Parts: sequence; structure tokens; C-alpha cells
Amino acid sequence: MDIFIQQVVSGLATGGIYASVALALVMIYQATDVVNFAQGEMAMFATYICWSLLNAGVPYWGAFLATLGIAFAGGVVIERVVIRPVENAPILSIVIVTLGLLVICNSLAGWIWTYVQKPFPSPFPSTPFKVGEIILGAHDLGQIGITLLVLLCIYLFFRFTPLGLAMRAAAQNPLSSRLVGIRVGWMLALGWGLAAVFGAVAGMMVAPILTLEPNLMGGVQIYAFAAATLGGFTSPGGAVLGGFIVGVVENLVGTYVGFIGTELKFTVALAMIIVVLLVRPTGLFGSSLVKRV
Amino acid sequence: MSSRLARNVGILALLVLAGALPFMLSNFRLFQFTQVYIYAIAILGLNMLTGYNGQFSLGHGAFYAVGAYVSAIMMDRWNVPYGWTIPVAGVLCLVVGFLFGLPALRLEGLYLALATFSLALAVPQILKYFEHWTGGSQGIVLTKPGAPFGLPLNPDQWLYLITLAVLVLLFWLGANLLRGRVGRAIVAIRDNHIAAEAMGVNSALYKSLVFGVSAAYTGVAGALSASVIAFVAPDSFNVFLSVTLLIGSVIGGLASISGAIYGALFIQFVPNWAQDISKAAPWAIFGVFLIVFMYVMPFGIAGAIRLLWIRMTRSRVSQEGRSAVPSQAHTTT
Repeated sequence: MDIFIQQVVSGLATGGIYASVALALVMIYQATDVVNFAQGEMAMFATYICWSLLNAGVPYWGAFLATLGIAFAGGVVIERVVIRPVENAPILSIVIVTLGLLVICNSLAGWIWTYVQKPFPSPFPSTPFKVGEIILGAHDLGQIGITLLVLLCIYLFFRFTPLGLAMRAAAQNPLSSRLVGIRVGWMLALGWGLAAVFGAVAGMMVAPILTLEPNLMGGVQIYAFAAATLGGFTSPGGAVLGGFIVGVVENLVGTYVGFIGTELKFTVALAMIIVVLLVRPTGLFGSSLVKRV
Repeated sequence: MSSRLARNVGILALLVLAGALPFMLSNFRLFQFTQVYIYAIAILGLNMLTGYNGQFSLGHGAFYAVGAYVSAIMMDRWNVPYGWTIPVAGVLCLVVGFLFGLPALRLEGLYLALATFSLALAVPQILKYFEHWTGGSQGIVLTKPGAPFGLPLNPDQWLYLITLAVLVLLFWLGANLLRGRVGRAIVAIRDNHIAAEAMGVNSALYKSLVFGVSAAYTGVAGALSASVIAFVAPDSFNVFLSVTLLIGSVIGGLASISGAIYGALFIQFVPNWAQDISKAAPWAIFGVFLIVFMYVMPFGIAGAIRLLWIRMTRSRVSQEGRSAVPSQAHTTT
């Protein structure tokens, strides 16, 4: 039972990371109908920037916040410069452009920082907490806390600020939003910026566990896909919940199902994606779009 | 002199040149060209699926891996001659692709891209897991087959010619498939599947069949690569292989047959000179090319050549027409 609870908690911790990336994917999907295949790699790149800042002697939280700012600016610039020209192109073109971004981010990171694995510090103490017989890692708990904090902020932002409202409107009905004076193009760019921020948070939280390298986010990204698919690409709340579910399931399956272990991690995610798509393509909380033909 | 005749003469000349290459180039260059042909076969498979039929696949490396491993295991375990492993790999991939195509019917656009992308990510792990068959992360080392009947050819020359023969056969089959009735049905499904169904095209059957044929082409390419490289290992079939094939397809021209060759030349030779700049440079250049092509040449090199050709021939025709019968030029243009 103790092991079970420990596994659930660490599952929730990794689930928080999947939830952040899944939320980033869903935000972009809702606004522009595009799945950003480069989301994970952009997050990895941001994590490297944080590493460089830390190496230059910036204190952790200063570097953390600075990285979020840089990631936001980077996301906005990428939308404006790279995605904008293909905004109205067929889906295949946009997917290919995001794949191009993926390989560019990955190879640039390898170019600048080499492919050698680098240790990444955790802001949380390394001594674990003990609650009765149960041992909980401080980083796990901190990670859950940070994720929840970010989610709370974003909820408040979208729910209670005029800018959040404008962004939701632009995603939901671009034409009418433009008519009431919302600058839809810039709202989309802001969406990309925010998505990059979520990714950066996830990257900086997961790097202490996996150690930093250019392929840091490959596994996270496929699980985030699984989370977003499970929760539904049209539902931000669903994607977050999906992230936590996927994280817990991954951990429990790894612990209790002997033949899978950690060796078939990606295959588990692949199986989840395919099963969800076959059984309920809209995900748990997604709504299907009725199209007129 | 029709343009068709001109094209056939051009193709014949290219074939003669390709057939003469083994006696003109060093073994290493020859190996590179063999690799180009292998990529071209795989890319043609991908073009059928993504370009002609409009189904995304970001995971064709998986079928390439299946082909390579089927061939390698047959050679390594049962001493089957390499020649037999190639059709077996093709047929097996046809079946696997067809079966994967069935659930893919339910997945539209992006979701299919997601599923195939995850497949590409999962392949190396799956290969490592079945260690008993695949040799785990060590892979399987093979011997390069030599020329039969005492022909005075070294293994590289022989494999080059075999690959060229397979390439010509598969391109000929593919061209006939895509330019005929079946091809029109496949394109009709891509352009408007409801209208296609109304015309009596069995959309579900054609879509899964295209998936199967496409996987078979890629599987044959994989099987050839196992013999040519004489080594298979899980990490050479990672997600970047799938992305490489897609890059070749996009650069060459998605919905074109000749584009597969241009794309293959690109993915084989561009990394070679980019590697001189930095180890990471090939991928940075790939990425930039991918994005720039989507902006300025969405139909790839083949599309650009076709456009140029049309423009050249059209301007010549109109000039001739004008000089011959100037009075009619006004009414016709």
C-alpha cells in the first residue's frame, strides 16, 4: 500500500509535466487547429537557456523567471515569423513546418550545447518527506505544487482578465472577434507565447530527473500527446486531467505489470493514443465538431 | 516530336547512365548511390500515401524497420538467400500496412499524424524489447552478398545493380498504378472523398490498400538496406528516419513519381556536405529547407521543374503561333 501511494504521488508529479505540455498543445490546437509537433523541443531549448543563465551565476528563481520571459518572447516570434505565412495553408503544410521547427530546435541545441548530458539543479531540497511509512520526494511535491500554481494562474488569467477573454474569443470565433476590434493575429501569437511558457515550466521541472540533453522531451512529448488525446484536444481542463491520469497510469503500469517495465514506455503511450482514438476519438471531455459538407 | 517521346528518350538515357555508373565510380560513391535508390523507393511509397492519397504518415520509418529486420532475421537465422527475403519483406509489410490502415481509416488528418508519429517514436524500443529475435541494441551483423555465377563484379557493384533493377521495376509498377484507374480513384479520395464515394469509389478499401502498398514499398527499401549496409540496429530506425523520409518526400514533391528521386538525392547528399560544418548542421539545414520549401515551393523540386517546363513549352508554342499566323493570334489568345 505504501509503495502504491508513493507511486501514485510520483505519477502525479510526472503527470503534472505531461499536463503542462498537453495544455500547451491544446491551447495552440484550439486557437489554430494545429498540433505543434515542436512543443517539446521548444521546451527543451528553453531549459537549455535556463541552464546557461544558471551557469552564468544567476540565482535559480531569477533564471527561472527570466527563462519564462524568454520562452514567451520566443513563442510569439515563432508564431509571427514561421507559422504566420502558412496560417491558411493545408494542414499537411503546417504539420511539416512544425516538424521543421522540431528538427531545427533539436539540432541547434546539439550545436550550441553539445549532446553531452548535463545535470540540472532542482530548486527543492533533496531530503524526502516522511508521512508515517510513506516516503515522498521533495522534488515530486514541489513539481506538483508548481504545476498547480501555473494552472491556477492561467485559469484566473483566462477567466477574469479582458485580455484572456479576448484570446478566448479569438480562438472561438475569429471573424466576429475581428469585427468587435480584437486583433486576432496578435491573440494567436500570445497563445503561442503562453504555450511556450508552459512548455518551459515542464522542461525545467523534468530536467533534474532526466538530466538535460537535446532529446530530453521526446518521451514527455509523446505522453503529452497521449494526455491531450485522452482528455480531448478541444478541452483544456480535460487535457490537464488527462496528463495526471496518464502520469499515474504510466507509473503504476511500470511498477506492477512485470513485462512492460520502463523498456516499453513509448509503446505504452502509443497504445494509449491508438486505443483512445479508436474508442472515443474526441477524448473524454472533447466535443466533436459537426461539419457541413 | 511529342513531349511524351522526349520524356521516354530522357528516361532511357538516364537508365543507360545509371547502368554505367558502377564502372565509373569508386565503391564508396557507388554505395552512396545505392542508398539514394533505396531512399527513392521508400519515398515513392510515402508519396503514394501522403501525396496522392492525402493520408499523413510521420512514421514510415516503422515499415522500413520491419522490412530491414525481416530480411536480416531471415538471412541470419535461416540462411535464406537475400534475394528471397526482399519479396517476403514486401509482402509482409503489405499485410502489416493494410492492417495498420484499417484503424487509420477512422483517424482524420492530424490524429493520423499523431498516431504515426508515436509509432515512429516507439519503434526502437519495440525492436530492443524482442531481443531474442532482433539481437537487442547490438543489432544483427550480416555479410554482404557477392555476385553470383562468377560475374566479375565486386559486392558493391552487384548490390548497386540489384537495387537499380528493383527501383526500375517498382517505379514502373508504381507509375502504372498511379496513372491508371486506381490512381485516379486514389487522388479522387484525397481531393473530395464524399464525391469520390458518390462516384462509386470504395473509399475504405482503397485507403487501406494504399496504406498496404505504401508500406510494402518502404519495406522493400528497408530489406534492401539491410543487405547493402550489412547491419541492422534499433537506433538507426528512430523517429528521425521517419522525418528524413518525409523531408525527402516534401523536397522532391509530394504528389509526384520523379520527385522521389530528387528527394532521395537531397537526403543522401546534402547531409554529407553539411556535416563538414558541424555534427548538428545537417538537421538544422534540413529543418530550414523544410520550412522554406513549404513557403516557396509547396510542390517540391518536381513541381518546380514541371512548372518551368510548362512555361518554356507554352511560350515557344505561342511564339511560333504568332509568327506563323499573326492574324489568328488575337482571336486565340
